[in-house]
Amino acid sequence: MDRAPVLSLEAVAKTYASGTHALAPNDLTLHSGEFLTLLGPSGCGKSTLLHIVAGLAPASSGEVRWWGGDFGATGSDGRRIGYVFQSPTLMPWARVEENVRLPLDLAGVAKPEAKRSVGEALELVGLSEFARHYPRELSGGMQMRVSIARALVTQPDLLLMDEPFGALDDFTRQRLDSELLSLWSARRFSVVFVTHNIYEAVFLSTRVAVMAARPGRILADIAIEEPHPRGEAFRVSTAFAGYCQRLTGLVAAAGARELR
Amino acid sequence: MALREDNPGRWLRYGAPVLIAALFLALWQGAVVFWEVPPWLVPSPLLVLETLVIDRELLFRSLGVTLGIALAALAIATVLGVLAALLFVQSRWIEMSLFPYAVLLQVTPIVAIAPLIIIWVRDVQVALVVCAVVVAIFPIISNTTLGLRSVDPGLLALFRLCRANRWQELTRLRIPSALPFFFGGLRIASGLALIGAVVAEFVAGTGGASAGLAYQILLAGFQLNIPRLFAALVLIAGAGVGLFATTIWASGRALARWHAPDSPVRG
Repeated sequence: MDRAPVLSLEAVAKTYASGTHALAPNDLTLHSGEFLTLLGPSGCGKSTLLHIVAGLAPASSGEVRWWGGDFGATGSDGRRIGYVFQSPTLMPWARVEENVRLPLDLAGVAKPEAKRSVGEALELVGLSEFARHYPRELSGGMQMRVSIARALVTQPDLLLMDEPFGALDDFTRQRLDSELLSLWSARRFSVVFVTHNIYEAVFLSTRVAVMAARPGRILADIAIEEPHPRGEAFRVSTAFAGYCQRLTGLVAAAGARELR
Repeated sequence: MALREDNPGRWLRYGAPVLIAALFLALWQGAVVFWEVPPWLVPSPLLVLETLVIDRELLFRSLGVTLGIALAALAIATVLGVLAALLFVQSRWIEMSLFPYAVLLQVTPIVAIAPLIIIWVRDVQVALVVCAVVVAIFPIISNTTLGLRSVDPGLLALFRLCRANRWQELTRLRIPSALPFFFGGLRIASGLALIGAVVAEFVAGTGGASAGLAYQILLAGFQLNIPRLFAALVLIAGAGVGLFATTIWASGRALARWHAPDSPVRG
């Protein structure tokens, strides 16, 4: 893939005040339009890495660089990032449409324009008819879709997702994975996705970075060379099984090394 | 979405307490009549009711005075308490330096400082309001402060990601998050404001046209007019229940929109 690099981490490490090494120095480059998944067991620092990219936590050392193209033009402060948390993280007192509009309100976008963007974002996740509902009236999967609509409403260049479907049942998760993938195919924003689910990683990603814990580090960087759009048939293909087997082996090897 | 609370029904909620009250009053009436207890010791419920009707002008005017003091104090405590809480959450430094004094206000018995306040504040009515404010303000300060700090960390991270300024963070995130806590504090404060008003009246002992219910109780006690004392007590208790119910109603109105029906703070 010859796309422009969007973001690159250079020897980024994180040590907490307690002395815990959350992240060893890591290098990682994300290219425009990539769907990159950070895959690893709990405690391998994949969420920490995502926080550093989002600017929610500072790195202890190393540098996060934002590169060329649209990102360079807008400058690092103007870069548009959408962030989806592990839980829906909605304001319980606000209607679905108000929740989705929040990033636009905070940025001071004019009402009519914001209203249109909210309508589009809700349409994308298939929740147009629930605009006037309150979050508590929706199921967990629908709340997560609201959260995704909120992340997409600013038309981000980069979407960061921190185990967004981890708390959902398998059926809902698979459906949302497919929906996310078709959104991404249509829009081609860049994605950094965090999960500990190997099947989800293979199904979604163009690239998977396998991580190991203590200290958190990237062990392997594997391209999933399956063309998009990917349908349900991909889930039961030999190619899919092959990737899963390979990643399972890598994750297991990482775990074994840790035990020694 | 299902109601998680298993609903025992309206009958049990309202009917059962009323039944207990009826039973208690009947036993009381029966006991007073049976043992011929003199009214200056324990008046019968019917006599108390009769006194309430006969002395209605005097008693209800006093009730108005006491309620007026309590309501004014509650309003002032709400405004000052919320302002203090907003000040406290501006920085840990401010909270650390000032919170001990809010606690001091709370732990000092009002009967001990009421005489001072009454001496310092020339207008007795104002002094009574000040006393009631001192008693009522603490739960509002502490609950609202807690609420303004109890923000979903995920939402806070989202606000930071969207580069929200402090004002947006306060008005769009902290204040809405704090509302249930605030109403919890208001509910406690409503009862305390009434208690504060009554205690301060006892200390001040104001008679005449501006005599509150506490003064009527004091006076009725001196005159051994025990039925009137009981009637005044009934009015105070009723006023307390009414205030409490009003705050529950208000918080229900304000919070019903966004809180699940079984939310612990909704009452």
